[in-house]
Amino acid sequence: MVYKLVYENLKHRPVRTLLSSLAIGLGVTMMLALVGVGEGMLEDQANRARGVGADLVVRAPGSSVVGMGSLSMNQKILDYVRARPHVTLATPIGIHSTGGVSSIMGINYDEFAAMSGGFRFREGRQFAAPDDVIIDDLYAREKKLKVGSVLHTMNRDWRVSGIFGSGKLARVMIPLTVLQELASANGKITMIYVKLDNPANTQAVIDAMKQDLPEYPIYAMEELIKQFSVNNLPELKAFIGVVVSLAVLFGFLVVFLAMYTAVLERTREIGILKALGAGPGYVLGILLRETVLLAVIGSLCGIAMSYGTRWLIATFIPASMIQAIVYSWWPIASLITLAGAVLGVLYPALKAARQDALDSLSYD
Amino acid sequence: MTIIEIENLRKTFRSGDVDVHALRGVNLMVQKGEFLAVVGRSGSGKSTLFHILGGLTPPTSGTIKIDGQSLTSLDEAGRTRLRRNSVGFVFQKYNLLPTLTVRDNIDIARDIAGRSEPWDATFLEVLELLGIAQKLDRKPRQLSGGEQQRVAIARAIVNQPAILLADEPTGNLDTENSNMVLDLLRHLNKKTGQTVLMITHDPEAAAFADRTVQMRDGELHGA
Repeated sequence: MVYKLVYENLKHRPVRTLLSSLAIGLGVTMMLALVGVGEGMLEDQANRARGVGADLVVRAPGSSVVGMGSLSMNQKILDYVRARPHVTLATPIGIHSTGGVSSIMGINYDEFAAMSGGFRFREGRQFAAPDDVIIDDLYAREKKLKVGSVLHTMNRDWRVSGIFGSGKLARVMIPLTVLQELASANGKITMIYVKLDNPANTQAVIDAMKQDLPEYPIYAMEELIKQFSVNNLPELKAFIGVVVSLAVLFGFLVVFLAMYTAVLERTREIGILKALGAGPGYVLGILLRETVLLAVIGSLCGIAMSYGTRWLIATFIPASMIQAIVYSWWPIASLITLAGAVLGVLYPALKAARQDALDSLSYD
Repeated sequence: MTIIEIENLRKTFRSGDVDVHALRGVNLMVQKGEFLAVVGRSGSGKSTLFHILGGLTPPTSGTIKIDGQSLTSLDEAGRTRLRRNSVGFVFQKYNLLPTLTVRDNIDIARDIAGRSEPWDATFLEVLELLGIAQKLDRKPRQLSGGEQQRVAIARAIVNQPAILLADEPTGNLDTENSNMVLDLLRHLNKKTGQTVLMITHDPEAAAFADRTVQMRDGELHGA
């Protein structure tokens, strides 16, 4: 019977129910979108790292395992790496940040193509001139670029010579020598990707290299890819914590306002229930159930809206951001929202439960 | 058998800096199955008596018993139990829950009382008598004032309370509907033996009762 009353109360004010649910859902969407972007971008980075086709990577001393890095490694290391047993191919990579999380990557085209199994060009072809740039299809879509278009970055204009299918480590690539020149970092590289004669030799090669290059982080690619996790990004974890707190606050405020208004509006009805013999627990139960139902509807709205944010991101900024749908966060976000909502209803519900029956019945 | 015993009942309100003596030593005995009308003008104290009898507010002093149970020492929880189990209310403004159907408005009173069994044959007869048996799935807004008051009567007696308290039950109704409601209250009283205590300012409404007492300046006359 109480559930029927709760359901009818929500149905009686459909606009308020809808708006409250959407507002509660926004908190859920905030959490799911943020976690989804974090996971999506890390997954994308991992996929693109896999796309290199290497067995191991040698990074500059002191560099972060999942960070972009800079042109800080001496290129002479490359000769040492190439001379190691089992190494069939080693190619240097240069990365230069162009602001935020965007970067431009310098490659030795032929070596990189050989290691990665070749570029699949949707349009155009590889670099033919020093001011040529190749970009992936997502970047081309986001920036509305075609072969022959001009791309302005690193304080100069580049001509797009080719657009390749994404999944090859970077979205924007230029010749490594040109990057080194522009960054005033001749002879410097960011990392070296290494292909072995047999992947089974990976650990043995790493162990041998670490003997000679103790300062250098050297990772098997599978090991590196496993590091692409939110747990290895303390800043992202902290940011998720902030957004979770905001979502709790959001749910609290929305429910507080909605239920406080509802309690005021239903003062007389609460008086009727009390006149019929309903105790404080009965009244409290009605409002708590109503809140839980609102939070459940809100969570469902929030989950649905997270598909909306994914569509928006994929449509308008496919190269800058990727949002994954992280199913494991659905119950987490819903429970967090429910906690905020229950906190929000406590004061209005206690106020209603303590309301004097006679005063409530006299309320117009 | 006496079902309501009131002795030297007093109620004093504090209004600003002034004490308002709403009841000044009320004495009243009501027998089980009696239909009693308490008549008085506005401000005479009859509604205060109604509220105390219904456990909506405590008395200041005096003794009051319903079906042997003393209300004087009851705390809020005790008064809540009294409203749940021993008293049925019919208000002037009907006081139905607008979001629920007729059936649910009646059922919520049973739910609050912790009863879940289906309506018995006697109650189904009462619904027929009240003329609402065919309107159980309607919402209050789809009913006339008279029909809403008849639903309120059904809700008030669904848990078979010791007393039915009706506060100006015809105050919002036209003559035709007033007579219908009063007839029904009288019929219920005679048919089921339900004790009814009706508060009214209307002598014509009071004429439907077995006995009438006058409330004047916080005192009962003719009790």
